[in-house]
Amino acid sequence: MTDVVSGLAPELAGANRGAGLVPVASAGERFTSFDVDAFEVPGGREENWRFTPMKRLRGLHDGSAALDGTAAVEVAGAGEGVTVETVGRDDARLGEGGTPADRIAAAAWSAFREATVVTLDGTPEPVTITVAGPGEGATAASHLQLRTKPHAEATVVLEHRGSGALADNLEVVLADGSRLTLVVTEEWADDAVHVGAQHFSLGRDATLRVTSVALGGDLVRISPTVSYRGPGGDAELVGLGYADAGQHLEQRLLVDHAVPNCTSNVLYKNALQGKEGVPDAHTVWIGDVLIRAAAENTQTFEFNRNLVLTQHARADSVPNLEIETGEIAGAGHASATGRFDDEQLFYLQSRGIPEDVARRLVVRGFFGEILSRITLPELRERLEAAIEAELAVTGA
Amino acid sequence: MSTLEIKDLHVSVAAEDGAKEILRGVDLTIRGGETHAIMGPNGSGKSTLAYAIAGHPKYEITGGEVLLDGEDVLAMSVDERARAGLFLAMQYPVEVPGVSMANFLRSAATAVRGEAPKLRTWVKEVKGAMSELDIDPDFADRSVNEGFSGGEKKRHEVLQLSLLKPKIAVLDETDSGLDVDALRVVSQGVNRYRAAGDVGVLLITHYTRILKYITPDVVHVFAGGRIVESGGADLANELEENGYVKYGAGAEAAS
Repeated sequence: MTDVVSGLAPELAGANRGAGLVPVASAGERFTSFDVDAFEVPGGREENWRFTPMKRLRGLHDGSAALDGTAAVEVAGAGEGVTVETVGRDDARLGEGGTPADRIAAAAWSAFREATVVTLDGTPEPVTITVAGPGEGATAASHLQLRTKPHAEATVVLEHRGSGALADNLEVVLADGSRLTLVVTEEWADDAVHVGAQHFSLGRDATLRVTSVALGGDLVRISPTVSYRGPGGDAELVGLGYADAGQHLEQRLLVDHAVPNCTSNVLYKNALQGKEGVPDAHTVWIGDVLIRAAAENTQTFEFNRNLVLTQHARADSVPNLEIETGEIAGAGHASATGRFDDEQLFYLQSRGIPEDVARRLVVRGFFGEILSRITLPELRERLEAAIEAELAVTGA
Repeated sequence: MSTLEIKDLHVSVAAEDGAKEILRGVDLTIRGGETHAIMGPNGSGKSTLAYAIAGHPKYEITGGEVLLDGEDVLAMSVDERARAGLFLAMQYPVEVPGVSMANFLRSAATAVRGEAPKLRTWVKEVKGAMSELDIDPDFADRSVNEGFSGGEKKRHEVLQLSLLKPKIAVLDETDSGLDVDALRVVSQGVNRYRAAGDVGVLLITHYTRILKYITPDVVHVFAGGRIVESGGADLANELEENGYVKYGAGAEAAS
């Protein structure tokens, strides 16, 4: 490890400051605060809001949402090695995972009354946590923290269901040498709005495997941030989204490499199926990776693929890689958006495959890479069935 | 024995300045056990005939009939035609990212045979068919045609032919872009298909070289959107010597 990065371009000279104990932000230099009033009310033209249909946020962003509803959190399968606590706002552990970086996350932080803290130790059986929306027309804030003890190995399934609007923060604090496999599903009813911030904080040699599946809801905007507290951290975030007519699914990721010898791998795939006469099916993927000057020997790759199945669909994809040191093991990013086109359909049909089966083949193949990471067979089968059902609703 | 009858077929495509007629009254009957070669200059409408039979949406049928064993093919959807026993080996097979070759072949076989093939015999069948065409087993896991070379794509078209066992196969320039070894392998594949059943083959080609490996019963010369001459295998030899000059007058550019 060296303190000085040699051969740094003059405009990046300041990046050296990031090598210290307190990393200086860059992509990085985004504003964070626990206080909602520290953020301006976004109007929709700001960089981090420009893709989001503000009118459909149910007032989560401008203070007009009362956030007085209740989003019930249920934990199932909490056996040996799992501690579930409901704690007040003053619990000292809250905030260890990260700080809100947008107004809705800060609003959720400012409004939640009690938080759920789930601590995982040893090698517990998989835990399923269900967060239910506050109900149609209601708005709520909630807070959930998952923590591992050193060298724990755990699997958590976090399911979101129901109606209404939810603003929340999820903190995932991984102790040194621990390993967490997390599956997050967004299985909301059609009216639901979920704006969530996910703060992943990895200790030394910790391993994080996240699979996100976004299927339901009117508007779902999730902003995961990965940070490393010590070297040797390894984070993999994969996700899929299936946006049908009128649906807005947004994924905004930031992987912040500030310490050496860490790995990150991001792969998100979205399929879009729109319909005439309703707003476009819309997916947004923002993939920021920041490799600070101190983060030598970083290995990172991020990839977004979108499959546009029909007209009346729009996929936005913005990969962004910021590298402040030349001493990295590897860094790459890619984005590709393709259309399921008439020629592909003709080809499959010309081999006897009916149109609906052809469409299903393509979507199944497309998502297979993501779903295959889910090692709980019942969950995987349920999600596969849910995707098939989506296809059937709007399919040809 | 199956029969494909094409009667006075007229086909147009949409062009910038309105519909453009490409096929101008094609008459052709192919019976099981027969191999017909259609030869003609580029732009004569050979490929249009192939795609029109398969039902590609770009081509509009403006007149005539296509019957398979008396059934109206033109009234069928693309997949219904395939299930009825028609097969088109394409000149430019389409890439379908994300769908593995193995999954694709099984889905196609399930559709065409009307039931899912038994897994154990199916795996064996596919492996055997692949090895006959010198296809590396790794291709089963690759996305359909994605990143395949021209020769690999053609081998896979013939692989599908051998697995789907259609009544009538239309091979559209299956020989184009193949080196001599690949041409031999692909031709042997087609010959095995012919030998295995009472099937009809319509071989569309620009060159005569594939006819050295696959002997046609009838050779048709295609020009200006219709068949202008038909004869035996020796007609191909004559074309090899003299080219299409003799038919050039009637040939308008069409693709």
